[in-house]
Amino acid sequence: MAQLDPKVPSGPLADKWRRHKTEIKLVNPANKRKYEVIVVGAGLAGASAAATLAELGYKVKSFVFHDSPRRAHSIAAQGGINAAKNYQNDGDSVYRLFYDTIKGGDYRSREANTHRLAEVSVNIIDQCVAQGVPFAREYGGLLANRSFGGAQVSRTFYARGQTGQQLLLGAYSALSRMVGAGAVELHTYSEMLDLVVVGGHAKGIIVRDLVSGQITRHAADAVILATGGYGNVFNLSTYARGSNATAIWRAYKRGACFANPCYTQIHPTCIPVSGEYQSKLTLMSESLRNDGRIWVPKKAEDRRKDPNSIPEDGRDYYLERMYPAFGNLCPRDIASRAAKRVCDEGRGVGPSGLGVYLDFSEAIQRLTEAGVRERYGNLFDIYHEITNENAYQVPMRIFPAVHYTMGGLWVDYNLMSNLPGLFVLGEANFSDHGANRLGASALMQGLADGYFVIPYTIGDYLAGQKPGSRPAPDAPEFRAAEAAVAAMTGRLLAGKGGEPVSHFYKRLGHLMWQYCGMARNRAGLETALREIPALREEFWRSVRVPGAADTLNQSLEQAGRVADFLELGELLCRDALAREESCGGHFREEHQYPDGECRRDDVNFAHVAAWEYQGEGRAPVRNIEPLNYEFVKMSVRNYK
Amino acid sequence: MVAENPGSLLSVTLRVWRQAGPGRAGRFAEYPAKDLDPNMSFLELLDVVNDGLTMRGEEPIAFAHDCREGICGTCSLVIDGKPHGPHRGVASCQTYLRSFANGAVITVEPFRAAAFPVIKDLVTDRSAFDRIQQAGGFITARAGSAPEANAAPIPKGDADLAMDAAQCIGCGACVAACKNASAMLFVAAKVSHLGLLPQGQAERDRRVLSMMAAADAAGFGGCTNQYECSAACPKLISHDFIARLNRDFIGASFRDAFRVEASAAGGGA
Repeated sequence: MAQLDPKVPSGPLADKWRRHKTEIKLVNPANKRKYEVIVVGAGLAGASAAATLAELGYKVKSFVFHDSPRRAHSIAAQGGINAAKNYQNDGDSVYRLFYDTIKGGDYRSREANTHRLAEVSVNIIDQCVAQGVPFAREYGGLLANRSFGGAQVSRTFYARGQTGQQLLLGAYSALSRMVGAGAVELHTYSEMLDLVVVGGHAKGIIVRDLVSGQITRHAADAVILATGGYGNVFNLSTYARGSNATAIWRAYKRGACFANPCYTQIHPTCIPVSGEYQSKLTLMSESLRNDGRIWVPKKAEDRRKDPNSIPEDGRDYYLERMYPAFGNLCPRDIASRAAKRVCDEGRGVGPSGLGVYLDFSEAIQRLTEAGVRERYGNLFDIYHEITNENAYQVPMRIFPAVHYTMGGLWVDYNLMSNLPGLFVLGEANFSDHGANRLGASALMQGLADGYFVIPYTIGDYLAGQKPGSRPAPDAPEFRAAEAAVAAMTGRLLAGKGGEPVSHFYKRLGHLMWQYCGMARNRAGLETALREIPALREEFWRSVRVPGAADTLNQSLEQAGRVADFLELGELLCRDALAREESCGGHFREEHQYPDGECRRDDVNFAHVAAWEYQGEGRAPVRNIEPLNYEFVKMSVRNYK
Repeated sequence: MVAENPGSLLSVTLRVWRQAGPGRAGRFAEYPAKDLDPNMSFLELLDVVNDGLTMRGEEPIAFAHDCREGICGTCSLVIDGKPHGPHRGVASCQTYLRSFANGAVITVEPFRAAAFPVIKDLVTDRSAFDRIQQAGGFITARAGSAPEANAAPIPKGDADLAMDAAQCIGCGACVAACKNASAMLFVAAKVSHLGLLPQGQAERDRRVLSMMAAADAAGFGGCTNQYECSAACPKLISHDFIARLNRDFIGASFRDAFRVEASAAGGGA
């Protein structure tokens, strides 16, 4: 059994981080350059971590599978980043941001981590502004804010509908500066395919150069994974096509525990699916819910009518009706399930019946079309490109889609996994969002982890490692891991069946969405747990991966990632089946209140489930980290 | 409402640049594709063609793509001679089949520039852009040292203009569209974004000189004011920023030529 000590400091909630920073070990400046740190991934968390650790003097190696660190999918985040600045004088505070986040997560995150996130949020905005991130401003020159779901204050900072892009370019510029200064060794087109564990500690990685196909070994004193979430296990999602779970999955298979895989976020406002060929779903930012109103026809027979012809009293603004206190700005899990419910009632709109309206006619009357364009113009443009519809004239049609994963590798308060020396940042870890993430909090967490947490906490580990003690990359553990990677590549290329990878991937996606999507139940999960292993076996029997190992081979890359998803999907369903309650993004139909809200079971499930790999063909072990709430009372989430 | 009314299915022929590796000879190969939904994206068409090739035992077409929503800057196709295809202000991934006629023969090539060598088929090496950024495309601001964010108000107009420039997705269409394969719009976007902000002033001269030197070293050409760059730019970044870059560059060059070096040994100037 893995040892899961969360290492939460004692003392009052608001003092924990400050005290911890003064108590953890330091590495002196002359010694920092003797330590090498590998950072895998260069999204918000990875790029900010790599840049900051290099600024501190550590020798950093950064690995990205993209052609440039600037491509990481943080770039696509639209709406904004939360921070408890209280610039609007509307009653915000670190405590309120903490409280909203922990309540938004349905009381399934660690109090101390979430409070730290709220504390450092204010530093993030300072840091980004200093880097030149062009946040929206008011005429007086001060920073502007808007509202996001799950909050009753305006604390979201934004750069038009491209906040993630601007924050990532800020982190990328900091990283580029350190690459230019020779402090970071940048490896692009480099995919991590295994973690190397020596003497129980993570001490390196195995990497495939995606252009030459060459497999190389890299040793370090510590390894940081900042490789994002695993939502592409559903095939169709708002993730980039290349987003994958391979780095965290292979780390799991080397002993890192995987926490709460069933906590997946389905975002309520995405453009509906239009055909079987579809490769991705596109998000329409949550910020649109500031001014757009969500509705479906009251009567099912009106669902095919021109929406502009349906009078006010024929429309059901169901979020405003069901959740009057938060209205259209209720949290994502709640808004998504409400959309599912009205569609299940036969009132969904669009050709498939799987859609609801997001209507701006009232906002256009209030703000004028130009006013709406200034706030959301680029989002209306994206919508137009995809659907060929003008949302200034007809309401947008939206439907929930997989968007984020709250689960991830288990980490302690220092962001270190149960494997010493392995740190996990950003969406790849599980720690701060509980069972549901609030809008504009992913960017906050990625940058918090990279700029303001890991620079302190990694020292606590490295101070215990003798400088120069890292193993050489020709140690037997490295050679064995490299051989395992080469064997898997060979096995994939040997497949001369008739079917491309995409066929299996689509079938996995259908299984996951049908049985482990917005609503889950025992029978469905048991079906998925039978069908996924069968599909996996079929994949290995009849997949065809063309091309060679020693060249750019996108089929091979995709095959390896899908092979991992075929395993991860099973763990996700297993976790969903074991968690006999509903909470946040995990909705078990057996556990609901009569009005359809989540029924948590705090007596039996107020814990983190951290799965531990036991080898191929053997069931993983479900370890438990109890969630001890010392400062907040776990209560029924109420947005009414 | 295209999604409501998919219209009639299309058949097209793709004429695709195939090149096995860097420095190898390339050629066009033709691939017919039948009965396609007009709402399919251009990259999804390549997915479908590639699945067909795989099932026939042929090697699929390598093409760069990732976010498929026009923001990561990975996709980089020249479609019928135009970087990112027929529509203004979108990336290749935001191009849909409804923009093509039934029966069309569509030519697909990689971005072509000496500084963007072909890796395979439609994939090119654009690391030269990273090298330009590493030379000076940043404001030095160590984590932990930043002043309070609202300490320095920035006029909304300046912030908005900086944001116009900052939207650059780093795709390289500006280079592919330019007969000189110039990276001036790319450099101008970064230099203008940072130079318009008060935080960017301390390094303003160094930045423009270093980034221009890195662009020259990477083999990008000069600007002769053709403005093809902003016409091809998926974010429609204006060539006016190139004028701003030129002003910055000339001023910085003069100041650099007459700069008085501080002398630590002399105990002050």
